Amino acid sequence: MANDIAVGKGEPGCKKIDPILVADNVTRQFGGLTAVNVEHLEIPRGKITALIGPNGAGKTTLFNLLTGFDKPNTGAWSFEGKNLAGVSSYKVARRGMIRTFQLTKSLSAMTVIENMRLGAQKQRGENFFSSLFRFLWKGEEALITQTADDLLKRFKLNEKREDYAGSLSGGQRKLLEMARALMGKPTLIMLDEPMAGVNPALTQSLLEHIKGLKANGTTVLFVEHNMHMVRHISDWVIVMAEGRVVAEGEPSVVMKDQAVIDAYLGAHHDTDLGTMKKGK
Amino acid sequence: MDLMLTLQLAIGELFSPLTAAYILCAIGLSVHFGFTGLLNFGQAAFAAVGAYGMAIGVLTLKLPLLGAMGFALLCVVAFALFLGIPTLRLRADYLAIVTIAAAEVFRYLMSTSGFAEVTGGSNGLSQFGYEFYTWNPVPKAEYNLGLFTWTEEQVWLRLVAFSAVAVSAILVSLMMKSPWGRVLKGIREDEDAVRSLGKNVFFYKLQSLIIGGLFAGLGGIVFVISMSNVQPSTWVTTFTFMIWTVLLLGGAATILGPIAGGMLFFVLLTLTNELLAGLVAIGWLPFLDQPQVAQIRFILIGLALMLLVIFRPQGIFGNKKELRFNG
Amino acid sequence: MTERFSLYQLKMLGLKRIGLFFAVLIVFLTALAGSAPAQAQSLSTGVSIHTEDKTVSQLIVGGTVKNDGKGVAGIKLHVTGPNFDEIAVTDENGKWQLVVPTKAKYKVAIDLTSLPKGVDLRDPNVTEREADVTVTDTAAVLFPLGKSTRVIQSFGDQLTIRLFAGLNLGLLLAVAAIGISLIFGTTGLNNFAHGELVSFGALFGWLTAVVFNLPLILAGVITILASAAFGYFQDALLWKPLRNRRVGLNQMMIVSIGLAIVVRYLLLIFFGGETKVLSGSFESVKIGPIDTTVTSIAAMGLAVVTLASVALFLTRTRIGKATRAVSDNSALAAASGIDVERIIRIVWVVAGGLTGLSGLLYGLQFQASWLTGSQILLLLFAAVTLGGLGTALGATVGALIIGFVVELSSLVLPVDLKYAAALVILILVLLVRPQGVLGKKQRIG
Ligand SMILES: Nc1ncnc2c1ncn2[C@@H]1O[C@H](COP(=O)(O)OP(=O)(O)OP(=O)(O)O)[C@@H](O)[C@H]1O
Ligand SMILES: [Mg+2]
Repeated sequence: MANDIAVGKGEPGCKKIDPILVADNVTRQFGGLTAVNVEHLEIPRGKITALIGPNGAGKTTLFNLLTGFDKPNTGAWSFEGKNLAGVSSYKVARRGMIRTFQLTKSLSAMTVIENMRLGAQKQRGENFFSSLFRFLWKGEEALITQTADDLLKRFKLNEKREDYAGSLSGGQRKLLEMARALMGKPTLIMLDEPMAGVNPALTQSLLEHIKGLKANGTTVLFVEHNMHMVRHISDWVIVMAEGRVVAEGEPSVVMKDQAVIDAYLGAHHDTDLGTMKKGK
Repeated sequence: MDLMLTLQLAIGELFSPLTAAYILCAIGLSVHFGFTGLLNFGQAAFAAVGAYGMAIGVLTLKLPLLGAMGFALLCVVAFALFLGIPTLRLRADYLAIVTIAAAEVFRYLMSTSGFAEVTGGSNGLSQFGYEFYTWNPVPKAEYNLGLFTWTEEQVWLRLVAFSAVAVSAILVSLMMKSPWGRVLKGIREDEDAVRSLGKNVFFYKLQSLIIGGLFAGLGGIVFVISMSNVQPSTWVTTFTFMIWTVLLLGGAATILGPIAGGMLFFVLLTLTNELLAGLVAIGWLPFLDQPQVAQIRFILIGLALMLLVIFRPQGIFGNKKELRFNG
Repeated sequence: MTERFSLYQLKMLGLKRIGLFFAVLIVFLTALAGSAPAQAQSLSTGVSIHTEDKTVSQLIVGGTVKNDGKGVAGIKLHVTGPNFDEIAVTDENGKWQLVVPTKAKYKVAIDLTSLPKGVDLRDPNVTEREADVTVTDTAAVLFPLGKSTRVIQSFGDQLTIRLFAGLNLGLLLAVAAIGISLIFGTTGLNNFAHGELVSFGALFGWLTAVVFNLPLILAGVITILASAAFGYFQDALLWKPLRNRRVGLNQMMIVSIGLAIVVRYLLLIFFGGETKVLSGSFESVKIGPIDTTVTSIAAMGLAVVTLASVALFLTRTRIGKATRAVSDNSALAAASGIDVERIIRIVWVVAGGLTGLSGLLYGLQFQASWLTGSQILLLLFAAVTLGGLGTALGATVGALIIGFVVELSSLVLPVDLKYAAALVILILVLLVRPQGVLGKKQRIG
């Protein structure tokens, strides 16, 4: 079956027709353990790409490397054609590549709405000298607040607007973190297990929201263990195991791939991957 | 023991220019620690840089006093850059150790005989503040305010010191209500999260270090103008930890906390001191003598610091949800 | 309530302002009340001491000038301070004293020309010392003498002498630094109250050896036991409850600062502020250019033995191995059946004992006072940090390096900057190893 994403057949490290992120030879070792060893990887622009793999496969570590939160032992990668290796994490975000964290990082002693406002980029009031003069940033702040309130409503957090983020439940924090990342208007959003701990009713609307992002032209790369969800929304699936990319392709194809099933289940693989739940 | 006199002494603390100096240092520390989460254990050095900067500006550089104050604040900025650029990437507790070490190094440098020509060595410097009183607009008289009678110079000193406090508090309040302050608070909570949102965390920390340092430098200036001398032995680590106690007493992440904390701290200190001294005098505390009363105050400061941090880390006026220690 | 009060203000810190403030206030209050200064005088409690009248001042600066344990007569000492400038001469026992007028720091300079021939200061660099009567009423200033070494000080000799002094200091620091390192390793606490354990050991040693006049070995054993008990109770009464409350590490660090201040001033109240001299034996020993004492050599030997035993304890015994396991990963250690709390308690006891011992050794060679420990606290942190691994070995190596840095720095730097040199090293080390001592980079995300 032909696809409109890869050049040719979907195989590990295959070329994409329109890649937004291209990584080469990225490795990261912790002591003796090679957590990431990716020879070549391209993320397609304007698509929803799922990154899956068993626990400890190196997905989070790869996220950390690509976004400048960790330093690789070797490797180079570029975002929208410009080199991104060695660029510090905040600059990565400014370039439009914003990530969330698997272990949520909500800012506990700040309210939900303040968390959201912080997500907006290039704020005038964030300059020290203009911060002292409210009239300089009042208008901008109102706009930001408007956007934030819209997002909160969509993520069903509007009731919690004035609550401290520390008082939110685990699932709500996941939502807040995703909403906050969207405040930065990313071109590529990287979500590390966005659905972990989010209740099924809300999962559905979140899925719609992620599809909506794609419709707006945002590229989505997400890590997820819930195969139903992967199958449901992703255009492309990348499978990692033991630090390597072991398979790539469209969801329906990849899920049947022997390498994938092996990676997840080792020798015993009577189970259909679609029924697998998050492993931890 | 005369209760009236004791009370007067205690109330006098509220208006002491030295109380104002400590409050200024605590305001600076609230920017560092309360709002940005930087564990700065070297606040004494920032105050000392301000103090020495001004004294040296007048005595060695022959600047007019106002120019010397400007020079002092420039020195504070330079010190903050020098200290901050290499250290602000450190983990919180190592930042604490580096700042305390740097403060001690600075103090050693000020007291060594090697630079005594400029710094006065272990004797410190004096006779740099006369010009301050030439600016005094308060007419010469004795001002009887019921409890106290102040000379015009005392009135002037207090006016200036507490105006500095008021202006500083207003400035901090403006900063912290702005998006700039929001970034600082975010850094206090989780700097990686703030990085992931595209903020240059390091740069903000540096700004915080400079701004908070400037308030402390101002505190140092007020301190030495009212003491009319500057001595290296003032800026020991215990000075820093008194500021911490003041700050934690009022509430680290609040605007009024440092002010309330400073006033309360010195009023309580005076009251307990007087009380103990009185009790010793009438023979109720036979195991103590008068000099030891002064030493007991430090025990109280230490105890206050311990109890506050354990039982009320948000301070008397703070909101528990607004401040917790990270880590 | 009189000027008398200003006497008791501590000059350190702004607290002396309270004194200044009292003075100012009293003047105005008395004026306000229209009463004579005698009025205020009558409020005075007990002993009346007039600031200006030095004949009834109880502030004394004094000391003994000794050579080989015997007092030396006729030495001139020049004492200067605020409105004060006098010369004291030692009596036939080598004792001298002067009554000084105000609570302040005085400078005491020894007149080198009044020294007998062939005799020089044991530390020829220090001809001037400070007498601090701001906190206490008496201050002792000691100028130990020894055979003149001045003539033979070639650079090589100086270097040898400094290296020896560095080794000596480094060994002392090592014994105390192991304690910090073990506590940090097992609990993650940067214990700022560790210096007070050193002071405690030094002063307790003085109490038992000098005041109770016990034989040194017995005094030493009692001191170590008392320090170990101090460690035990610190953990039992303070740190364990805090761990149970899940108080954060940074919070605990500030608690330890509060504790340090409390203990430091308790020591001051119990022991007084004078610097205490512990050792009776200044019997000197000469090794090449090095001029040292039996006490010093014995202390160094004891430090080496102690360090070796700690190393054996940690590597050979079950408890020692468990300690290392807890330092490495306390959750894992707990999961594999180690009673982490028990190990931590043992660590506190051992650290207390070791640190008390180091205080005692420090007191024997230099002096003992309520400030002894807080003066070397940062050097201890420097040692532990430099050692890098949070292990006993790391701390030992770090302490030796810091000892050498401190002593060698005075070859090129003024003596009063020698601690500063060590702190600069500390800062540089932290900058190069920003992950800090135990150096585990926390994972993100
Ligand atoms: N800071 C670190 N220090 C040491 N090892 C690490 C570190 N971070 C990750 N690792 C190791 O690297 C490997 C990959 O971890 P990573 O978190 O990337 O896995 P993952 O694919 O995200 O797993 P999960 O699905 O469970 O989140 C794991 O074996 C992990 O233990
Ligand atoms: Mg992960």
